[in-house]
Amino acid sequence: MKISVASGKGGTGKTTIATSLAVVLADENINTTYLDCDVEEPNGHIFLNPEIERNINVDVSIPEVDLEKCTFCGECSQSCQYNAIAVLSNKVMIFPSLCHSCGGCFHICPEKAIKEIPRTIGVINAGIGHNVTFYDGNLNIGEALSPPVTRQLKKIVSESDVIIIDAPPGTSCPVIEAVNNTDYVILVTEPTPFGLNDLKLAVEMVRELKLPFGVVINRCDVGDESVENYCRSCKVEVLLKIPFSRKIAEAYSRGKLPVEINGDYRANIYKLFENIKNEVGYDRIDNNQR
Amino acid sequence: MIELTIISGKGGTGKTSVVGSLAALAKNKVLVDCDVDAADLHLILGNNVKKSADFKGGHRASINEELCTGCGICLDYCRFDSIKEVINESTGWVDKFRIDQLSCEGCGVCTQFCPENAIDFDEIVSGQWFLSETKYGPLVHARLGIAQANSGKLVSLLRTKARNLADENRWDLVLIDGPPGIGCPVIASVTGASYVLIVTEPSLSAFHDLKRIMQLMDHFKMPYGLCINMFDINRQITAGIEHFARQNNIEVLGKIPYDVAVTKAQVAGTTIIDYTDNSVSDHIRLLWNNLETELNSYINKQRSKVHENRNTFG
Repeated sequence: MKISVASGKGGTGKTTIATSLAVVLADENINTTYLDCDVEEPNGHIFLNPEIERNINVDVSIPEVDLEKCTFCGECSQSCQYNAIAVLSNKVMIFPSLCHSCGGCFHICPEKAIKEIPRTIGVINAGIGHNVTFYDGNLNIGEALSPPVTRQLKKIVSESDVIIIDAPPGTSCPVIEAVNNTDYVILVTEPTPFGLNDLKLAVEMVRELKLPFGVVINRCDVGDESVENYCRSCKVEVLLKIPFSRKIAEAYSRGKLPVEINGDYRANIYKLFENIKNEVGYDRIDNNQR
Repeated sequence: MIELTIISGKGGTGKTSVVGSLAALAKNKVLVDCDVDAADLHLILGNNVKKSADFKGGHRASINEELCTGCGICLDYCRFDSIKEVINESTGWVDKFRIDQLSCEGCGVCTQFCPENAIDFDEIVSGQWFLSETKYGPLVHARLGIAQANSGKLVSLLRTKARNLADENRWDLVLIDGPPGIGCPVIASVTGASYVLIVTEPSLSAFHDLKRIMQLMDHFKMPYGLCINMFDINRQITAGIEHFARQNNIEVLGKIPYDVAVTKAQVAGTTIIDYTDNSVSDHIRLLWNNLETELNSYINKQRSKVHENRNTFG
């Protein structure tokens, strides 16, 4: 079963929920994998503290032009939708950071003067922490396009019963890449005007993707009632409400998970999982593991 | 003209609350919300939309089913797994294909190689942008459509609109609320800006993300300073951030304490400066004073550069 954790707004507690869930499940002897798909700013490693065993480079392909064969006809540049290749009278300029690796120039070149060469844009770290199988994607500094890193991360074949995917904030392409093809999406929000506005966008997104989802309201006592009212009126299920605690905030700041310091929190996170499991109709764990 | 961009790396450190307060303090400026995925600045400045327009950010392929012969050549060319099978209900065979609009990257390769010319490649509306009037001046903001790409292009469009507006009014400040992360829309929000303020908080996560966003600033050779929000949540990490900043010759221009008034102001739909007159707003005023000093020194540097050039070229 694949569970993704997302939110429109940043800093609502996605990583806290995702890593807490992973730790609680692993402690219940459920074979669990955690994928940190917030590849621009991955933080899961701070809480799971994994011993990294492997690094896997993420390569994309970019064009390389053989100037001996090139006639400077310019067809490659005309076909490129991303302005990643420009043809001058005796020179071809390539802008690797704009290239989406679609292969258009490579296929269209009438002289077969273009070949594709690999270019590294990020790295995936793999290891084990808190008995959770851990992977995170890291986009290299200065790179604009994160989806290829997420795409490669999600291709990882895991034997685990539960795969938890920590998504980046927002609602655009990097988020879609992370939550797509998961069995359930947990949307984490906070009860403030910003939290509500961004939750509405996130709900619109998961409904467009036709994915089952529910909401966790974090720091549920700091703002107002508007998030709960919205959930009630739009028939959005609230899975869990977590009150603000300065103790939890301080523990978080030191990289400690709330499930490590608070027994109620742990019980609530497990209940959250049971709810999702029932909703998705997942019973393999009961049959095989427990 | 000065373009001041506020970013954070990690989301939720308080960028938008800080920008809202700076908007209340700065004079004669245009405001821009470059978090086109999840724009929130209008919620605390009050937005009275004066103008809105479609944003056309790219193309999407779509297969004309009447012309499609089901040859599957497009399937071979598409690298984004966007070509999906259409099963003929009467025969149970795959005899046509369609394009999944959510995963289509808009590269157009399939359209160029379809032997039947059965694939359209139309420009699509991928969002809207708005010009609003707020109590602290004009605000340019946008809403990228759900699951759309090209956020960087939309950010660049917003910045151009804002610069033009500032020029028309002879104002010399554009205040930009940036998105979280280090990728495409962040790069589009900072490139060519005069100065960047990074808002961070004292947690290991935010510190980790701060280091990455600082590397990004160095990569693009951007001048920048820091603001540590909620600095009293963990004074030890705050001290660590300050030490790290000093080592890198980066100024900490402001420190803002944790205060429930920040959330209360947001719930009341207003800025911290308008909501309260306590120590939080004093700390934000101090931040703005320090920022103004940085921006003035930037202006002076620009002027002396122009001066030098004049001397060189006579």
